[in-house]
Amino acid sequence: MASLIGSYSLSFGLFLSVFIIFFSVRNLRDTEILDKKIISFTFTQFFFVVTSFFGLIISFVNSDFSNETVFNHSHTTKPLFYKISGTWGNHEGSLLLWLLVLTLFISIFLIKSSQQPKNYRIFTLLFQQIIIIGFFIFLIKTSSPFNYIVPTPNEGLGLNPILQDPALAIHPPILYLGYVGSSIIFSSALAAMVTSHVSKEWAKHIKQWVLASWVFLTLGILLGSIWAYYELGWGGFWFWDPVENVSLMPWFALTTLLHCILVLEKKKILTSWAMILSIATFALSMSGTFLVRSGILNSVHTFANDPERGLFILIFLFTLIFLSIFIFIFFHSGKEKIESNFFWLSKETSILINNWFMMYFLSVVLIGTIYPIFLEVITANKISVGPPFYNKLILPFLIPFLIAMAIGPNLNWVKSDFKDKFYMMIFLIISFLLSALIIKQFDINFLVNTILVTSAFFLFFSTSREFFVKRFKNLSQNIAHFGFSLLILSILFNNIFSNEVITNLKIGETFKAEKFTINFENIDQEDEKNFKAIIGKFNIQYLDGSSDILNPELRIYNQPNIITSEADIKTNLFTDKFMTMNYVQNQEYFNIRYQVKPFMIWIWISVLLITFGGSLSFFNKRYEI
Amino acid sequence: MKSKFIPLILILIFIITFVIFFKGLKNPNIYTPNTNLEKEVPSFKLKSFENGSIIISEKIFKNNDYHLMNIWASWCIPCKAEHEFLMKLKNNEKIKLIGLNYKDNFKNASSFLNDLGNPYDLIVSDKDGTASIEWGAYGVPESFLIYQSKIIKRFIGPINNEDLLEIQKLIR
Amino acid sequence: MKFINIFLIVINILNFNLLMAGEIKSENEIAKNLRCLICQGQSVHDSDSEFAISLKLVIKDKIQQGMSEEEIYSFLKMKYGEWILYDPVFNQNTYFLWLLPILIFLVGGAIIIKRFYYKK
Repeated sequence: MASLIGSYSLSFGLFLSVFIIFFSVRNLRDTEILDKKIISFTFTQFFFVVTSFFGLIISFVNSDFSNETVFNHSHTTKPLFYKISGTWGNHEGSLLLWLLVLTLFISIFLIKSSQQPKNYRIFTLLFQQIIIIGFFIFLIKTSSPFNYIVPTPNEGLGLNPILQDPALAIHPPILYLGYVGSSIIFSSALAAMVTSHVSKEWAKHIKQWVLASWVFLTLGILLGSIWAYYELGWGGFWFWDPVENVSLMPWFALTTLLHCILVLEKKKILTSWAMILSIATFALSMSGTFLVRSGILNSVHTFANDPERGLFILIFLFTLIFLSIFIFIFFHSGKEKIESNFFWLSKETSILINNWFMMYFLSVVLIGTIYPIFLEVITANKISVGPPFYNKLILPFLIPFLIAMAIGPNLNWVKSDFKDKFYMMIFLIISFLLSALIIKQFDINFLVNTILVTSAFFLFFSTSREFFVKRFKNLSQNIAHFGFSLLILSILFNNIFSNEVITNLKIGETFKAEKFTINFENIDQEDEKNFKAIIGKFNIQYLDGSSDILNPELRIYNQPNIITSEADIKTNLFTDKFMTMNYVQNQEYFNIRYQVKPFMIWIWISVLLITFGGSLSFFNKRYEI
Repeated sequence: MKSKFIPLILILIFIITFVIFFKGLKNPNIYTPNTNLEKEVPSFKLKSFENGSIIISEKIFKNNDYHLMNIWASWCIPCKAEHEFLMKLKNNEKIKLIGLNYKDNFKNASSFLNDLGNPYDLIVSDKDGTASIEWGAYGVPESFLIYQSKIIKRFIGPINNEDLLEIQKLIR
Repeated sequence: MKFINIFLIVINILNFNLLMAGEIKSENEIAKNLRCLICQGQSVHDSDSEFAISLKLVIKDKIQQGMSEEEIYSFLKMKYGEWILYDPVFNQNTYFLWLLPILIFLVGGAIIIKRFYYKK
């Protein structure tokens, strides 16, 4: 029943697009004010998509296995929470969620943009409708969440256990808010070009959307990373996996846009650049969807692989790209008065430098991700591009980037002088001495690590000082930049100080490492609703006499029948202790992986700080960047 | 001139990207390794499965017989599926079957052979899986058709009826 | 071109390959640079599949036999193809992979500098 309503609601929703487009086009010429009907139709469309979405949720909650999506991804023994999150934990449901956010955002846009010119609003709606219709057709045609199975099966196939996790349950919705937010930026940039509305006012108004999408995208990536850390059981948080890269690329574009908009907001320069970035952000989000959903990439996080779906998104994506190129060439007058009369040392330049480096990082990730596809098609050679490639190309450039980031915010608009030279020099020297002192303790490449840590410390000190000098002025930016320095420092230290042991142990055996011993005391068995758990008890004794008890688990899920290993993580402010236990075929011993990961929690905290900084400027104009 | 040039290049780049992605979609995503990576048989020195005596690979593969080296384990479910085809090869005079018992224990492996029959002329055991890596193998089951110390064909995954016919054709 | 040369030299001196660039890389460091071929996008080090566990043993053996890191990579490349290496080799197949980002960086820099020249 719920499926039936959901299915019909979708068709009605698509049908409403016809009305919205009809009234919008009519409204373009007529009057001065926006036709109220357009707003009501847009809201009705949103309402239908919500109904459809709830229809699917209810089918999941009731375990209605006559619905194919529910049958494929749910099971009666699953806890309620994962029944609900299972709604968007699959290809069909997640697309419905995309559509939900698309229609939600355009409704919000129409309310929030009442100060903007009428035609600009209508064109934004029209471009957004193109995207919405595309997704409607994609959903109904190739991936309907409401297909029937006759006869109704008694039991579902179950949700992949590694997806049964709280962080991953909310990761997709948050990430989509970011992705879809970029669609509003895209549509409004096209509309602004068509109606010649690219101006400081436009920049002010769209900045809210840029910020919001940026905050959600950052949070979404963070959640995915946290999930990978404790669920995938290798103790890493970022692997430069194609699917991770795909979410990072729009993030780079959005961050660049955020900085670029700041300039555009002050004076009307860099307009073409802002337009290109607005288009690129959404194009990259869509390419991400294409690369993940089409199965063209080989990755940990594979989703539904279906070439037909891939083909649809591919054609849709390139239609949008060519449409925007067309609009950019024919409507955008790149002829801004060359009033770019700012001195080489100014805030404008520092933002340009930020944009420059960001684009470089973006290009590294983009090329690294899609190059193997190109090579395979052209030469039939298959290569892998992994972490060493990204480290080599990104780390050297991080150094000047961090230093520019420390100096930039201290500069004035138009023309500036090196202010606070004295402090800056002192900070640089302190940072260097501090890093040299720390790095010397370890048997690692001295030069690289010292320079890297120095530049990160430099940013750390200079942003810390800003809090005292500027107080509430630019607080938002300052927190974000401070968070970034903290992030880089934590990642570096995490990398440098990590310690890891992989070994095979039988019950009762003890493993001696340099600084600790691991004692495998016993194993225990527990029965849960949807899995059986084998829990190991490990006692770790350190040289200083302290000890830890860690209980990693093996879970044998009943539906689908999959063995997963759950890490046990002891977190405190300074280090994480991470242990996983793995079953080895036909042996009495287990494979044990024990890691000491310093400053792990600071990686999460600093990303939260960055997003907090970003969202702060919503609440108080004074903090604004 | 310049203002027309850049958009044209841009459009060209996107068209090429589209074509590449389009073709990429049709490529299978599962990795199919180059089956003729290395023709010479890698050497190994392994313990015999039955009595633990050392067996050197050179001695086995030297002569003019065909050999099928099959990597198997009692815990591997697809191995059960391919077993009947291996049994059919057992009666063929021209080919000798060498079993590489992968990460298995003697008890389970013996009962596996007792239940389903033993197709192998010789079984060596690869307790830790390292010998299989030397062969460039991915896991179980996997088979190599060998003639005069050269790998002439490689089968990744269980042998099916089609593979069996191919082997019979090759060794005729 | 000169810039690229300098850049490559700088990279080599600093050896940005990995932050932990000690004298002899442990088997863990090597395993991190290898793709687990039967997994979905995991390194051999991170994976606990049978294939990865055996491969780690092989790496350990090879180190004990006195093989260098490079020799181990080329040994595995011979057995399994380039697909296993996470650090793509610099050859005619990968010129664009390594140089295109650098080229983009240089072009970006040129555009910014040009802005200031125009003004004068």
